[in-house]
Amino acid sequence: MQKTKQRLLTGNKAIAEAIRLEMERDPNVLVMGEDVGIYGGIFGATEGLFQQFGPERVMDTPISETAFIGAAIGAAAEGMRPIVELMFVDFFGVCMDQIYNHMAKIPYMSGGRVKLPMVLMTAVGGGYSDAAQHSQTLYATFAHLPGMKVVAPSTPYDLKGMMISAIRDDNPVVFMFHKTLQGLGWMDQLDASVGHVPEEAYTVPIGKAKVVREGTDITIVGIQMTTHHALEAAKKLEQHGIQAEVIDLRSLVPLDRETILQSIKKTHRLLVVDEDYLSYGMTAEIAAIAAEDGLYDLEAPVKRLAVPDVPIPYSRPLEQFVLPNADKIFHEAMKLVNE
Amino acid sequence: MVISVDHLTWMYETMYKIRYYEDKMAEAYAEGKNPVFNIGAGPVPGEMHLATGQEPAAVGICVHLKKEDTVTSPHRPHHHAIAKGVDLNRMTAEIFGKVTGLGKGKGGHMHLFDPDVKFSCGGIVGAGIPHALGAALAAKKKGTDWVAVAFIGEGAANQGAFHESLNMAALWNLPLIVVIENNQYGISVPKSASTSVPSNDIRAVAYGMKGYYVKDNDPIEMYDVSKEAVERARKGEGPSIIEIETYRYLGHFQGDPELYRDKNEVTLLREKDPIIRMRQFLITEYGIEEQRLIELENKAKQEVESAYQFARESDDPNPEDALNDLFV
Repeated sequence: MQKTKQRLLTGNKAIAEAIRLEMERDPNVLVMGEDVGIYGGIFGATEGLFQQFGPERVMDTPISETAFIGAAIGAAAEGMRPIVELMFVDFFGVCMDQIYNHMAKIPYMSGGRVKLPMVLMTAVGGGYSDAAQHSQTLYATFAHLPGMKVVAPSTPYDLKGMMISAIRDDNPVVFMFHKTLQGLGWMDQLDASVGHVPEEAYTVPIGKAKVVREGTDITIVGIQMTTHHALEAAKKLEQHGIQAEVIDLRSLVPLDRETILQSIKKTHRLLVVDEDYLSYGMTAEIAAIAAEDGLYDLEAPVKRLAVPDVPIPYSRPLEQFVLPNADKIFHEAMKLVNE
Repeated sequence: MVISVDHLTWMYETMYKIRYYEDKMAEAYAEGKNPVFNIGAGPVPGEMHLATGQEPAAVGICVHLKKEDTVTSPHRPHHHAIAKGVDLNRMTAEIFGKVTGLGKGKGGHMHLFDPDVKFSCGGIVGAGIPHALGAALAAKKKGTDWVAVAFIGEGAANQGAFHESLNMAALWNLPLIVVIENNQYGISVPKSASTSVPSNDIRAVAYGMKGYYVKDNDPIEMYDVSKEAVERARKGEGPSIIEIETYRYLGHFQGDPELYRDKNEVTLLREKDPIIRMRQFLITEYGIEEQRLIELENKAKQEVESAYQFARESDDPNPEDALNDLFV
């Protein structure tokens, strides 16, 4: 058997490498945000860029999200390709006007005449006791509002490839990375936060989900951490003779309906897992797609597993109770296949 | 300061054009809304914020701008758009919701975008300032002498976006000029009830930038201070704030009952109308013949008339066009 040489990178280094390659290729690419300079981004997404490109292209900003995200919009309209970091997605509250009323709507309101080729990069996710204002994913909050592409890659390979796609896209792209999948030394060390990443520039398409495990008995749809939890659950399900197919959504906007519908044609059962709030969210959207276009393929009702509509609590047992994990997925899946 | 006749006549003609445009818009807007006012009825539906009386702010600075300079504007944008040279036909068609409009009918009067002359506006108070900040940043990154001008009302000077943007503009020494049109009211609330300082130019001190104040809606004074502010920005000498005391002859929007002010107030304001004053000034101080001014007025009227005709004769968009242009 031939061994492929693996070049292992953490999630944060994969993102930083993508940005570096695009900055080398295109002088219009620049990075702005809080602590993106010498610090390299609180979650490491801009590690090493300041040292290579200097303060002219990797700009630390004041704590003024409205002004610097708005400035990215203004600069993008002038043909720059800014990558602007909102440190935690939870902070969108102080600057959402610029994001959803301007970044997302100007191209449409201008009849397509104004292009905003920018990336709004932001950290999402909990599981490390950072409590209600620093632990949300808010996938659906952004995906609900038209005019932004929204991506949330789960592996170092996809983080790099989708970041390059996002930078090259002429539309505004919200690029969410999961803190726990950055592979940072000061958080849980997860195998999933390290992976093979080719050295050269490559793209992973926006709007394509990925079947990360094939199976015949149940489809489990996840994104970022819940994809990894689903994969873990699938191993346990296999021990019980159940073959789970796991789909990593990767993109929320555009959403790859086809991959989901194809999978339930095969498995006839659907479990959707989300680290975001349950109601009005991604799980409901996927369930609606199954109900509208795949109902006759289903042999059991769709099941959903997500944060049960409370803010993320601080204390470890409380937080672990509300977040999805592999055990919960395993139990839901067992119930579903036995229905 | 001696001002070139070309500049003066351009300013006069443009003020006249703006006034004529807004007067016609008030008429067009009223169509289908009588005897019962229904905001959604008539050839021009939705909210309508007219700039009648606020012409000096727009022309006094735009006379110093070139095509490559950026202008952002708020919900009351027509005077800025006209002064920046936005395509008048397509702008009017947009306000009439036609397919030939700047945004193919998707934006309307508060959302006009003409990238050919780098003009944009929007309906959220203060939100255009960061966009101008970003344009100023891009101008500097590209090594040009281009500047960015953000027009705002005095109410927007109390928005976070204003303070955040000015701090960054000064911090990064960007070619940004924020023009505050103090028309005395934020909808109904007088400035004295909303703003802790007598005039916003003094807030410039807080950011380490230059502040200017223009009294009495004076286009000539506006010309002078804008010239200095624009030249400083082009030379890399940093951002400025200009506050101009201006007049809002009409309500916040058309249909505003204006219960918050004395009816006499506007009558008195109109007695010192800046267009009439400017006309007199050109004749007496610069010896420009009245006939020349009449020619400019007729030219302006003609241009406006043909823009309205273009708009009215243009087609509506196809309803399903609503689904296009979300992504490029």
